[in-house]
Amino acid sequence: MELLIFYPIAALAVVLALFVVFNKSPIGSAVSLIGLMLCLAGVFIGLSAHFVAILQVIIYAGAIMVLFMFVIMLLNLKDDDNVIWKSREGNTLLTVLTGFLVLGILYKIISITLSADSSKPAKIMESFGTTAEVGKSLFTTYVLPFEVASILLLVAMVGALVLAKTKID
Amino acid sequence: MIDSVIDFLAPYTFLIVGAVKAVIIAIGLLSSVPLLVWLERRLMGRFQVRLGPNRVGPFGLGQPFADSLKLLFKESIVQNSADKFLFYLAPAVVVFTAIVTFSLIPFGKPFEIFDQKIGMWVANVNVGILFVFAISSMGIYGIVLAGLSSNNKYSLMGGLRSSAQMISYELTLGLAALGVIMITGSLNLQEIVDAQKTVPNILLQPLAFVLFYIAGVAETNRAPFDLPEAEQELVAGFHTEYSGMKFAMFFMGEYINMITMSALITLLFLGGWHSYIIPVPDLLFIGPLLVFSVKVFILLCILIWLRSTFPRIRYDRLMTFGWKILVPLAMLNLMVTSVFIVIF
Amino acid sequence: MRNDPNMSEYFFIAVFAVVALVVVAGILILSAVLGPKNPSPQKTVPYECGIIPTEEAKGRYPVRFATIAMLFIIFDIEVVFMYPWAVALDQLGFFGLIEMFLFIFILGIAYVYIWGRGGLEWD
Repeated sequence: MELLIFYPIAALAVVLALFVVFNKSPIGSAVSLIGLMLCLAGVFIGLSAHFVAILQVIIYAGAIMVLFMFVIMLLNLKDDDNVIWKSREGNTLLTVLTGFLVLGILYKIISITLSADSSKPAKIMESFGTTAEVGKSLFTTYVLPFEVASILLLVAMVGALVLAKTKID
Repeated sequence: MIDSVIDFLAPYTFLIVGAVKAVIIAIGLLSSVPLLVWLERRLMGRFQVRLGPNRVGPFGLGQPFADSLKLLFKESIVQNSADKFLFYLAPAVVVFTAIVTFSLIPFGKPFEIFDQKIGMWVANVNVGILFVFAISSMGIYGIVLAGLSSNNKYSLMGGLRSSAQMISYELTLGLAALGVIMITGSLNLQEIVDAQKTVPNILLQPLAFVLFYIAGVAETNRAPFDLPEAEQELVAGFHTEYSGMKFAMFFMGEYINMITMSALITLLFLGGWHSYIIPVPDLLFIGPLLVFSVKVFILLCILIWLRSTFPRIRYDRLMTFGWKILVPLAMLNLMVTSVFIVIF
Repeated sequence: MRNDPNMSEYFFIAVFAVVALVVVAGILILSAVLGPKNPSPQKTVPYECGIIPTEEAKGRYPVRFATIAMLFIIFDIEVVFMYPWAVALDQLGFFGLIEMFLFIFILGIAYVYIWGRGGLEWD
């Protein structure tokens, strides 16, 4: 039953991810990416992680993708027919390294998944994934990362302003 | 044979009941849109010392139906340089998100009939109000895509402006709702209403109510924040290139959003289906539903009243008002409320 | 499947969404079928108050909008952090209050900086 919901959503997510990469027009890519985010939210709901699912929609699909759309609108990236993409010389090493990094992460995820005993699923509490539960653990166990995140946001905000503000003083 | 079918289906009765309920609520919501259009045109007529539509049917009630039939038979022009798929997708996104948002809105007390407990809502999830915000924030893409796909200067500019306005006021909306959530300690809309049995939240959170209402008007793109339709500057904003039924769909979305927003304000601040001072009997589900509808109706009338009273605000003022006044005020309200909650 | 009572609620939302989808598709298809189709060169040109457009909707737009979008992301993350806090506030008590005030204070610095630098101005 669970898999009956998971597989269609996961398949759709993979198809949309391919669309993001192979779509010629930037708008099409962005729209597919929004769809992909919504699919991920669906997967989270299937795992009873309601709050995380909502975050996925509000932050990724709702806020970050709006910025993508704005940039597309501002630059008028209608189609890329006359733009030839080629990687810069210096980027090759970086690309290969990133590829290895991703492969490593995938290997770790798969090995953890395979080593888990799926016949005896871990007991989870009744209130798992609810907002109150997230709040309790975020503000007691993980309070330091939370406060550090505020400094990260501060830096991001200042950075955004410095980058975008053309006539500084 | 039939018995075995019934036995097989028995555990799933609630699923069938819920699905039927969802369809009924969808039909109810969609049929209330023409009524709201009629209400707006009649009220606007009165505000402007004229009659408004009164020829088609009793009190002119047939007017919106006649209009929508007419629009259905209009040619819908898609200009050549437009991105065809996205051009069709944009109004669809607007209406779809508007309808789906309403599925999280409870509008009455649950009641029991034939041993079935029936709630007056489509769905009741524990992240309630956040889900409403999440889906309604997806509605922005309808406007963005309309602006992007039309390949028209006015559309692009209008789309940019409207979406920037909507994201700016979304912040205030979220912050203002936090005060209420703190008082209740739950995101579930039904629990928020139940917590207001004796005192509606508007008395505890007057500032949050005002902020939420202003942000709500801006979110639904209604006057005086109807910058998307600033016809003097932008022809018709993001829907300049739209005609026929696709044009009407943007307005359908707007009217559904008006209903949803009014319902949300009623739930958060006005005590939902609880009636104060005047006692109202339950009568299965009719009493609470009536109380709720009356409150929503009054809020809708105020929205229309605002439209015919205030001139449109200038765009730079709109943005600075949102970022420099509403956001700090909402933050202040939040901090004061949290101190009160912890101390008492 | 885990016995999560919320799952059936999501099923109802899905039913509602299907109805919405049918309505939307129905309107689009009906209007496409019923409406007349007489395209002409004049009709299929972007509207520009009667003037034939000489170029596509090109040109660059103020970067202000992108700044607003970036600030929105950051503030949105901040607001979303506050939701679990608001729900669990009565259990977190005084300690939770101090944590959040510290958080708001740090972001307040950023807000004041942006205001002072003219990031919220619309000129």
